[in-house]
Amino acid sequence: MRYGYYPGCSLTGTGIEYGLSADAVIRHLNMDMKEIRDWNCCGASSAHNHDPLLSIALPARNLALAEQQGFREVAVPCAACYQRIKAAEVAARDPLKRREMEEVIEEELSGAIVARSLLEIMVHDIDDSALAAQIRRPLQGLKVACYYGCLLVKPRAIAMDEAENPMTMDHLMERLGATPVEWGYKTECCGGSLTLTRPDTGVQMTAEVLKYAKLAGADCVVTPCPLCTSNLDMRQGTAEKKLGRSLGLPIYYFTELMGFAFGLPMKTLGLDRHFVEATGLLQSLPVPASG
Amino acid sequence: MKRIGVFVCHCGSNIAHTVDCKQVADEAAAMPGVVHAQEYKYMCSEPGQVLIQEAVKEHNLDGYVVTACSPRMHETTFRKCAGRCGLNPYMVEQVNIREHCSWVHADKEAGTEKAIDLMRMGVAKVLKNEPLKAATIPMTKRALVIGAGIAGIQAALDIADNGFPVTLLDREHSIGGRMAQIDKTFPTLDCSACILTPKMVEVAQHPNVELMTYAEVESVGGFIGSFDVTIRKKARYVDTKRCTGCGACIQKCPSKVPSEFEMEMGPRKSIYVPFPQAVPNKPVIDAPHCRYLQTGKCGICKKICPTDAIRFDDQDEVVTERFGTIVVATGYQQFDISAYEEYGGGRIPDVITGMHLERLLNASGPTSGKIKRPSDGKEPKNIVFIKCVGSRDEAKNRPYCSKTCCMYVAKQATLLKEKLPASKSYIFYMDVRTGGKNYEEFYRRTQVDYDGHYIRGRVSKIFQVGDRLIVRGDDSLLGRPVEIEADLVVLAAGMDPQHDARELARTLGIAYDAHGWYTEAHPKLKPVETQTGGIFLAGACQGPKDIPDSVAQGSAAAVKASALLTKTELTGEPMIAQCNEAMCSGCGLCVTICPYKAITRQPKQERIHGKMRERMVSTINSGLCQGCGACTVACPSSAMNMGGFSDEQIMAEVDALCQR
Amino acid sequence: MSALSPKSGSPADCAVTEGHVGLPVLDPPPTAAPDTGKTKNGEWQPYIVGFACNWCTYAGADLAGLSRMQYPPNMRLVRVPCSGRVNPQFVLRAFQKGADAVLVAGCHPGDCHYGTGNYFTRRRFLLMQRLLTFMGVDPRRFQARWISGSEAPKFRDVVTELTEQVRPLGPNRLWREVEP
Repeated sequence: MRYGYYPGCSLTGTGIEYGLSADAVIRHLNMDMKEIRDWNCCGASSAHNHDPLLSIALPARNLALAEQQGFREVAVPCAACYQRIKAAEVAARDPLKRREMEEVIEEELSGAIVARSLLEIMVHDIDDSALAAQIRRPLQGLKVACYYGCLLVKPRAIAMDEAENPMTMDHLMERLGATPVEWGYKTECCGGSLTLTRPDTGVQMTAEVLKYAKLAGADCVVTPCPLCTSNLDMRQGTAEKKLGRSLGLPIYYFTELMGFAFGLPMKTLGLDRHFVEATGLLQSLPVPASG
Repeated sequence: MKRIGVFVCHCGSNIAHTVDCKQVADEAAAMPGVVHAQEYKYMCSEPGQVLIQEAVKEHNLDGYVVTACSPRMHETTFRKCAGRCGLNPYMVEQVNIREHCSWVHADKEAGTEKAIDLMRMGVAKVLKNEPLKAATIPMTKRALVIGAGIAGIQAALDIADNGFPVTLLDREHSIGGRMAQIDKTFPTLDCSACILTPKMVEVAQHPNVELMTYAEVESVGGFIGSFDVTIRKKARYVDTKRCTGCGACIQKCPSKVPSEFEMEMGPRKSIYVPFPQAVPNKPVIDAPHCRYLQTGKCGICKKICPTDAIRFDDQDEVVTERFGTIVVATGYQQFDISAYEEYGGGRIPDVITGMHLERLLNASGPTSGKIKRPSDGKEPKNIVFIKCVGSRDEAKNRPYCSKTCCMYVAKQATLLKEKLPASKSYIFYMDVRTGGKNYEEFYRRTQVDYDGHYIRGRVSKIFQVGDRLIVRGDDSLLGRPVEIEADLVVLAAGMDPQHDARELARTLGIAYDAHGWYTEAHPKLKPVETQTGGIFLAGACQGPKDIPDSVAQGSAAAVKASALLTKTELTGEPMIAQCNEAMCSGCGLCVTICPYKAITRQPKQERIHGKMRERMVSTINSGLCQGCGACTVACPSSAMNMGGFSDEQIMAEVDALCQR
Repeated sequence: MSALSPKSGSPADCAVTEGHVGLPVLDPPPTAAPDTGKTKNGEWQPYIVGFACNWCTYAGADLAGLSRMQYPPNMRLVRVPCSGRVNPQFVLRAFQKGADAVLVAGCHPGDCHYGTGNYFTRRRFLLMQRLLTFMGVDPRRFQARWISGSEAPKFRDVVTELTEQVRPLGPNRLWREVEP
C-alpha cells in the first residue's frame, strides 16, 4: 500500500469536519490509502516546547509503524501533525539523531519513508483528468482566499511550498472551478498559539487575516489546518466585534470543497458542523446544466 | 665539473658583524667545484660587480654564488652583472645571509655556521643550474574592448588616443550600456545622456576605433600578444552600409514588442533602435518578433526603405581576429527581484525597480518623464523605497554591498520631489553608505531639503489591497512596526554579475569569485589586471561600481593595455615549466592543475621500431606559464620540471643542507 | 573529503597546521647520545629545513631580518616559487638525509600569488603527514604554516616554536639508522 493515513487527534475533535470530509474524499477517489494501526500523538504544540528529543521521537514512532506496516508514504491531513512528522523525517537523516530516536522508541528507522501533507498528495498525485472526471458541481464563481497558515510552509527544511506565496491550494481550487483571490495574508499567523495565553492579541491576528480576505473580495476562506480553522471559524464572532463590522466568511477545509465539487452530500462532509454558516454559500452556487 | 665562484659580501658591517665572512669564504674554497672564493665589503656596488666580472674572466667561471642580502633585493643586480661579462644570467644564485642570518642571529658562531650551510646550499644549486633563455613573444598592436558601456567606451577612447587601433565590441546593437538608461547622475544631477552621448559619438568617430556592435565573443585562443578571438556578428537583417538611419522602416513596422530598454514599460517595433541617441543609429530586426521572418508575410520595411537596405536573408557571421590585449568591461545586470516573494516577487505591477524608475523619470522614457505608476497610470503620492534588495542579504546569496543604491535612491527621491512636490518618499534602509566626493552632502540635502523620510529597518511584506500597496516593516530606531499605504514601491535592486559572466570568464581564462564578479590580480595593487597576462578589467564586471569609478578603471585599464601595445615584442619569463617529452605519458594531470591554462596536450609524431606513431604529450605555452611549478609536483612521471627551480636543483639544496 | 578539497576551511591558518593526525606515534625516544654533527657547546641542536614560497613566507622572513627580530638559528630556508612547488619527495629527502624537522610555508589560503598553489599544498600536507606518521615520524616534525609577507613576528614565532617543539623529540635517526 502506498499511503499510510495518519489522522491525528484534531480530526476526530475540533476538526471533525476535516476528518469526515478527508475520509469521504479519499474513499471517493478510491485512493491507495489506509490508516496506520496503533498511531500515537504527533507531539504537536506541546512536546517541542519542552523536550526536543520527545518532540521528534513521538512522530518518529509513527514513521516506524508506517514502515513496518508496509507503507511507502505517510499522508498527513493536519498541518501541525505534518510539521512534526516531517521534522522527525528530516531529523532521521542525521545518523546520530536517528540512533537516539531509535533508542527511545525501540523501533528501527530506515529513513526511507516520507511524510507528505494530504494537500500536496491531492494536488500532485491525482492527475488533472482523474480529478476533472469526478467533478459534478464545479465551484463556479466561488471566490476563495487560500489560507495556508504557517505550519505547512515554515521552516524551509520541512516546507511543502514556498513560504511567502504558496500556490498549491490555489491550483487545486482552480481545478475545482473556484477563483482564488490574490491576497497578502496566505501565511500570516492566525494567532493560534495566543488564543489561550493572550486572547486579545490572538483575536487581533485572527481578525487581520479575515479582514484582508474580505478586502481581497473573497467569499470564503479555505485552509488545510484544523488550528487555523478553529481560530478563523470559532472566533470569527469575536473578530467581528474587534473589527466593528460583520464578515460572514465561511471557513472550509479544502477537502470539504473537493467533496462538495464531487457531489458528495453536505452532511457526509461535515459542512453542517461549522460555526459560521457554511452550507448556504455553496448552495447558492450556480447549478451546472446537466449533461 | 662546472667551475664555480663564491662571492661573500660583508654588506659593510651588516653581515660581517655577526658572520665570519672569511670563514665562509674559506669553507667555500674547500668545496668541490668551487675554483674561486672571495669576500668584499659591498658586492652590489660598482667595484663589487667589477670584481665579480673580472673573477669570472680570470677563473673562467661557469657560474657563481653571491652570499649577501635577500635575492628579492639584488638577484636581478647579480644576474645582470653576469650578463655583462658573457655569462648566462641564470647561472647565478644569491644566498641570503643578511635578512635570514646576520640580522636575526646575534650569536656569531651559530650565525657563521648557518651562513656556511646556506652558502653550501647555493653552491650545490648552482652546480645544477642550466643556462636559460627567455622566449620572446610578438605583440599584435591592436586591442579589443569587450563591452561598450561607459567603462568600455572610456578604455577604448584612451587606447585610441594613445595611438593604437582598438575594436570596441558589444552584444547590444548600440553602445552606451546601462548608463544610457539612467536619467540623471548623482551627485551633480547632470543628465546622463548629456554626458554620455558625446562620448558615444566621439568613440564611434575616432579614426583608431572600430565599432563592432551586435556581436559576441565565441572563443578566445592564444595568449598575451596574440589572442585569437572568434566573434559572432549577429544577423542584423539591415545592411549598415546602405542604411542611412532615416527611421522610415521603424515608423511603418506593424508589430509592437515591449522594449527592453524601457524595462518593458513601453513598446518598440520589431525593427528598431533601442533609443533615439543610439550609436550606431541604424536599426536591426528582432527576428523572433518579425512578421516577415516568422510568417513570410509583411515585408513593409523592405518596401518602404528608400535605400534598399533590408536583407531578410542576412546570416550570422563568424570572424576570427587577432588582438594583442583585451580589456573586459562587460558590466552588470540588475538583480532579479523575483527572488523576493515577500515583496511580491515581481508580480505586483506597482512594485518596480530602480531602473524602472529611471525610465519613468526620463524625459524620453515611456511616460515622457511624467511619473505614472505602471498599473493604472496614476500619479503616485506616497512612494516607498526599499534599499538593499539583492544586496547585503545572505539569504539571497548576495552578501555584498551594491555600492550605488544608497546614492541612486537619494537621487531618485530628490527628483521625485522636484517632479511631484506633493509626494512623499519613505526610504527604508539598513545603513546609508555615501562614501564618495560630495555624496554625503547630497544625501543630507535629500533628507533636509527634499523631505526624504528615512526609516531604518527592513520591510517584511508588501501586499496589495485594492489599488494601494500595504508596506509593512519595522523602524528599528524607534523599535516598533511601521505600516505605510503606498501608491508606488521602488525596490533598490542591487547589482548582479551578467548572467553569462562565468561563461565569458572561462572563455577568456580569467578568474571570478563566488558570485561571478571577475577577480583582479591583486585586491590593492593590481586592481585592473587579471591573473591572465594581457587581459584587463574595467567597470562593474569586477564588482559593483558607480559611473566615476567605472570611468577611472576604464582609463586605468587603457593605460595598462597601451603600455603593452607600445612594445613590439614581449620578453617572457625564462624560469618556467619545461616538459621532457620523452618521459611524458600524456596523462594530462598537469593540464588541469595549471592555473594559467598554459599547458595543452598535443600530438607528437615519433618513429618507434621503424613505424611512425603518434602520442599525446604536454606542451607548455611560454607566454602563459608564470612559473608556479604546480605541474611539476602533479606530474607522476617527473616529466615536468622547472627552469631555475628544477627538481635536481632543489634536491641538491636539500642534500647540501643536510650533509654536515 | 571536504577538509581535503581546495578552498574549504577558514581562510586564516587552517586547522590542519595546528592539529596532528591521530595515528600512533612510533618515533623512537630521544637517546642519550646526541648526533655529533649537530652540536653546539656539546649540546644537540635541532636542524630544520624550511621550504618558503618566494612571495609570502620568504618575504616575511626578509621582513623579520629587516626588523632585526631574533630567533633560533636552527632553520635553513630553501626558496621555492610557490609552496605548491614543494614535491613530497623533497620532504622525504630532507628526512632521509637527517633533518630533524621540515616546515612548508606559503601564502595564506586565498592569497596565493599563483591563485591556487597553496590549496594543493594544504591537501598534500595532510596526506604527507599521515604517511610520515605511519612511517613512524612524529607529526610534530613536519608542519605547514601560512605566513604572509607582512607577518614577520609570525615567522619568528613559528621558527621559535618549531625549534622548541622538536627539541624534546631529539634527533631524527629513523632513516639515518637504516641508511647503509
